[in-house]
Amino acid sequence: MKKLFVLGALAAMLASGTALADTSGKKIAFSNNYAGNSWRQAMLDSYGAVTKKAVADKVVGAADIFTTADKEVPTQAAQVQNLILQGYDAIVINAASPDALNGAIKQACDAGIVVVSFDGVVTEPCAYRVVVDYKDMGKQEVEQMAKFQPKGGNLLEIRGLAGTSIDDAIHAGILEGVAAHPEFKIVGSVTGDWDQTTAQKAVATILPSLPDVVGIVDQGGDGYGAAQAFAAAGKPRPTIIMGNRQDELQWWKEQKEKDGYQTWSASIAPGVSSLAFWVAQQVLDGRTDIPHDLLVPYLAFTQDNFEAELPKIVKGGVASHEYTQADAIAAIKANIK
Amino acid sequence: MTAASLDTTAKTSAERGALARARLLRGLLPALSLALVLLAIAWLNPRAISYFGFSLMLNLAIPIALATIAQMFVIAGNELDLSIGTFVGFVGCVTATWLKDAPLIGVVILLGSIGVYALLGALIHLRNLPSIVVTLGMSFVWQGLAILVLPKPGGKAPDWLLGLMAFKPPFIPFPIIAALLIGLIVHFGLMRTSYGVILRGSGGNPAALGRAGWSLLKTKIVLFALAGLFGVLSGMALIGITTSADANIGNGYTLLAIAGVILGGGEFVGGRVSPIGAVIGALTLALAASPLLTFMHIPPDWQVAANGAILIIVLAARVLISRKER
Repeated sequence: MKKLFVLGALAAMLASGTALADTSGKKIAFSNNYAGNSWRQAMLDSYGAVTKKAVADKVVGAADIFTTADKEVPTQAAQVQNLILQGYDAIVINAASPDALNGAIKQACDAGIVVVSFDGVVTEPCAYRVVVDYKDMGKQEVEQMAKFQPKGGNLLEIRGLAGTSIDDAIHAGILEGVAAHPEFKIVGSVTGDWDQTTAQKAVATILPSLPDVVGIVDQGGDGYGAAQAFAAAGKPRPTIIMGNRQDELQWWKEQKEKDGYQTWSASIAPGVSSLAFWVAQQVLDGRTDIPHDLLVPYLAFTQDNFEAELPKIVKGGVASHEYTQADAIAAIKANIK
Repeated sequence: MTAASLDTTAKTSAERGALARARLLRGLLPALSLALVLLAIAWLNPRAISYFGFSLMLNLAIPIALATIAQMFVIAGNELDLSIGTFVGFVGCVTATWLKDAPLIGVVILLGSIGVYALLGALIHLRNLPSIVVTLGMSFVWQGLAILVLPKPGGKAPDWLLGLMAFKPPFIPFPIIAALLIGLIVHFGLMRTSYGVILRGSGGNPAALGRAGWSLLKTKIVLFALAGLFGVLSGMALIGITTSADANIGNGYTLLAIAGVILGGGEFVGGRVSPIGAVIGALTLALAASPLLTFMHIPPDWQVAANGAILIIVLAARVLISRKER
């Protein structure tokens, strides 16, 4: 690769044609725009653990992590451009903006670099997108709710960060689920920002004005806060869908031990970063049949298996799953229609 | 004719020679720090020192350089603009939406926003308000307007703008040519014309200029309007590179622009600025913050802190060298 870059842009473009069935010499960079919450920390940990092993096993040559100092788009655009200059063969990216990085992403593609985005995906067509099926997750919440509350009733919805595509997709899925189950009715909606304290405040504020609620559909990170708000108001505890956070599952466990409380939990695993890494590796491996939009399943826990997961989650953390190369190949296969 | 020229004629030629030498040294400082950063990059990643490398590393420095020039005009008038970052973001959103779909309305909005800047200058002068307070307020106004124009990230830059920013001239990378042009044009306007002297003087010694019969209201309006103009250019250049906009795209520029002016030899006292220095300062900051950091292979946990440390080191070096010279 070093020699190629001496020749500059033209030679870098030629590099795209040299994808062989051996990736042991390939270098993959991870461009990350933010590291300031537990989900992102878990994401970096998963990525670090999986890639360290991949480098040690000589599956890839190098896998370095780069985090920008601020959440700014221009900073990450500059970072991507620098990674191009560094001579990486692939860039795995969690992007600050779906559109505003397209210029830099296109430059990377033009230089023959494979770009795989996840979580914060980019819309530039030349990049790969690893997308979690949030809409199905929202729909499944109502499906599960129908099992626990067969008679139906009133639901409270807790929304995530306004204006994001994730909030939009989960909300759309919940609406679809309610349409399929007319016995449920959403009587209130608050914004919880995927955060326990925000959710607790929002639910406590709306609670006095609500009729009796049988269930809460939410987006993860807000279930424990909602439970606290109900307890503080002295209202009967509804069926609250959980979001794989440690405090949520802990609360669920306590309630289950007390009176057999039932619910369901789902969220995106931060380890999806490792899946994106393997997708990049597969593309570098010379596979040309990989769709640019990969829909991957979310991580869900049921009444029977959540207690086994609980001890594995650090306090204040979120359940994760580190994906293997085989997982990635299976996910790619599931997306080839 | 003016207070400034009276000032210089009163000095002996020996004093003038010493002053010129000090000025020359001060002028060379920004270039020296840029050279240092470039050397570090060349040592860490030799392949970055090429036509392709400079095009990539420096093209995002162009909007920073323009924002720095905008901030420089405000600092020249002994004020500070805390809204330039969100203003650049607002311009970016307008560029990616109105300017592409309805160019006429887009141009009107952008000219109007320069007008708002001019009015701010008038307001600050007439009511004797602290510019920090006024522009801090305006930063929220621009941010709000940007979200109104573009509630979700998206939009697309006009094709002519994309073409301009992707221009590949022979031998010398486009960002270098653009930086030279910006620096020289502003240098000529502000340092070599008689009204440029008045503009700088209005920040350095407003009382003297006022007594000499110049309108301080007018100079403040002109300085802020120029800041608005370069803010607009910065936003457009940024969108020409990123191809698409985001309401938060320019937020980091406020502080980068101030740091760029200071690194480029400007001072907070008003009137003491250097356009070429400001452009070089912006390039240095852009290079030090991102390429240098990326090429250093710092563990991810330390990268955020390292970015801040590099900025402090670069700025501290500038202060140290200029101390020694005095």
